Amino acid sequence: MRNNDNGFSATRRLILQGAGAAALVGLGSSFGNLPFGFAPANAANDKYPDEAFKAKSDADAIKALYGKTAEASDKVKVDAPEIAENGAVVPVSVTTTLADVTSISFLVAENPVALVASYKIPAGTMANVANRIKMAKTSNVIVVVEAGGKLYSATKEVKVTVGGCGG
Amino acid sequence: MASTIRVRATSSGETTEVQALIQHPMDSGFIKDSKGEIIPPHFIQQLTFEYDGKPVFTADWGGGVSKDPYVKFVFKGGKKGDELKVSWVDNKGATDTTTAKIQ
Repeated sequence: MRNNDNGFSATRRLILQGAGAAALVGLGSSFGNLPFGFAPANAANDKYPDEAFKAKSDADAIKALYGKTAEASDKVKVDAPEIAENGAVVPVSVTTTLADVTSISFLVAENPVALVASYKIPAGTMANVANRIKMAKTSNVIVVVEAGGKLYSATKEVKVTVGGCGG
Repeated sequence: MASTIRVRATSSGETTEVQALIQHPMDSGFIKDSKGEIIPPHFIQQLTFEYDGKPVFTADWGGGVSKDPYVKFVFKGGKKGDELKVSWVDNKGATDTTTAKIQ
């Protein structure tokens, strides 16, 4: 259920989680360092994926977000600069010819938190997203596309002259 | 206060291209200020675009999204003159909403 109060209710849910509300015990436990084998956030769920945004490595973030691993695919095209002079603002976009795309996520392997952004793509929205991300240093940028229930990824290295994460 | 959200939604007949630019510090929580103290995290966590009462695009963001974030996407449908609703909420619970007319 989506409504205008989406953001508010997301925040409220976070607070409830912290309080250990009975109905949210399952979600609440994801605050722990448990393996992410259970109830991975799926694309239809509008809950903010906290645990995925805490994961340090790209592999952990993808697992926390989707509960599975991605396979490299040449059907996912990442457009990013070879060299970024300013790591604080790196334009990255993705297009794909894959059908039934439900979600697209951007990760930077060498950032302190690998996951940068995760987009939900409802039916009728094109699998074509551009955004601007921060990069701490030269790193692989990984884009994961969820299509037809499977995960596909593409990786591109971007050389960063001046880091954008204050490292 | 003026809205923090600037949206341009352009219909090409079959599809609508949406570009949004939002004013927000997007502090990741990893950067130190001039005194060497960590600037606490302050970033937009969720951004939603709704057309005709349905979400057409939802972003979950972390602190790795650039300051004053920009995003672009395309959805099928959308008529000139119709409204597109955009709203965000950040990690401190602050929020903003705007409505743009599709051009």
